[in-house]
Amino acid sequence: MIELAYRRATDVAAAIRFAAEEATPKFLGGGTNLVDLMREGAEAPATLIDVTRLPGRIQEREGGGVLIEGAARNTAIAEHRAVRERYPMLAKAILAGASGQIRNMATVGGNLLQRTRCFYFYDSAGRCNKRAPGAGCDAVEGFNRIHAVLGASPACVATHPSDMCVAFAALDAIVHLDGPEGPRTLPMTAFHRLPGDTPEVETELRPHELITAVELPPLPFAARSTYRKVRDRSSYAFALVSVAAALDVDEGGRVRDVRIALGGVAHKPWRASKAEAALRGAMASAESFRAAAEAELAAAVPLRDNAFKPGLAVRTIVSTLGELARGEAA
Amino acid sequence: MQIRVNGRMHDVEVDMRTSLLDLLREHLHLSGTKKGCNQGGCGACTVLVDGERILSCLALAAQYDDREITTIEGLGTPDALHPLQQAFIDHDGFQCGYCTPGQICSAVGMAAELRRGLPSAVSRDVTDGSFALTQEEVRERMSGNLCRCGAHNGIVAAVLDIFAEEVA
Repeated sequence: MIELAYRRATDVAAAIRFAAEEATPKFLGGGTNLVDLMREGAEAPATLIDVTRLPGRIQEREGGGVLIEGAARNTAIAEHRAVRERYPMLAKAILAGASGQIRNMATVGGNLLQRTRCFYFYDSAGRCNKRAPGAGCDAVEGFNRIHAVLGASPACVATHPSDMCVAFAALDAIVHLDGPEGPRTLPMTAFHRLPGDTPEVETELRPHELITAVELPPLPFAARSTYRKVRDRSSYAFALVSVAAALDVDEGGRVRDVRIALGGVAHKPWRASKAEAALRGAMASAESFRAAAEAELAAAVPLRDNAFKPGLAVRTIVSTLGELARGEAA
Repeated sequence: MQIRVNGRMHDVEVDMRTSLLDLLREHLHLSGTKKGCNQGGCGACTVLVDGERILSCLALAAQYDDREITTIEGLGTPDALHPLQQAFIDHDGFQCGYCTPGQICSAVGMAAELRRGLPSAVSRDVTDGSFALTQEEVRERMSGNLCRCGAHNGIVAAVLDIFAEEVA
């Protein structure tokens, strides 16, 4: 039998040192995705480096931000008072994902690194460019109701399954990394990659690098923000389309600032920059919300089974911004 | 590794791939915890770790040494049922019973979350931490536990019966 080694780190330095000593290590968080992928043969590390006993603190920072360490559990983040009050969209996104049991296990570092839920990625009998680069993609012309409509490529039409990361993208979160070459940071929006012709490379993470924290910069108007998730059943399902949004409207009813990110539509959490640009300075009305949403989805390329997604995304953006404009959401 | 299950310490040798679920069932012969999908989709394998509900099928046993595991065998016995077990009987919260241990462990873990004021996806306001334990709240908070007999109405009634007063 092929040996699988296990090492447990209790601080960042040890985790990085252990990883550098191993040929094919994988950091192990809650295991809610990696354990399943190992059983399916989609991941085959020789060594697991358990990072669940790193501190996982959630710290309020001067100036109004929050720093979430990589081992923090989903439940702990959604439960944290500063997160709920300053960034309700993040608490809501986390609570909209998975189940109570999984949220108790899953870590923020693992959330960023979870793999797609594309059926063909899990199916060892099918073709998948993520599993076997160059093999081809059975999803492009297969059952692709759950697949991407923005930023996809002929090589891959998978989506990133996270809810949490959609809120992070909207909030301009900063990913803190550490590894053999020392610590560095990346904007959340630059952490995940579009598939291009290398869909097996999903993030900018370098070999043996560890996600040590995700930092939320201060964003006062995010105190009025929300997360809307549309899915095939009302709980415990991945998003067909989701919207994380924060809206700042001035006394004259114009949009002073806005943050919008979409889930379920692309290979990465999709920051809706075109919609945001169209909205800044515009009246906070259903008409401008619709025009902005349509501008964002104009580039959408639907597949056989997901032609509903661009329209659903537009309607969900309009509805979510309307809710925020009327002061109905937290 | 050493693992404490239902108050008793066990010394066990397991392969690294062994899940907490298989450790409980195959090594410790605690067969109350059930294997349903074995991929995190059904909740039948739910156990409590230091009082928090988790899925034992997606948990590698090695990650849980020195932790306190509680299974259905630790919550109630045939002679001394947990109040929620009695409520499941009273409200017809099961037919085949296969999902029941997971449902009960999950609900006990959920009750601890309620006491801490953890909101859910259907709580109207996540900022203030106050909510009523309605049917809608129970369904959302228990959505990780599937019952394919369709006893969900009885399950929700049993959970409300025992835990509705947890939230004021």
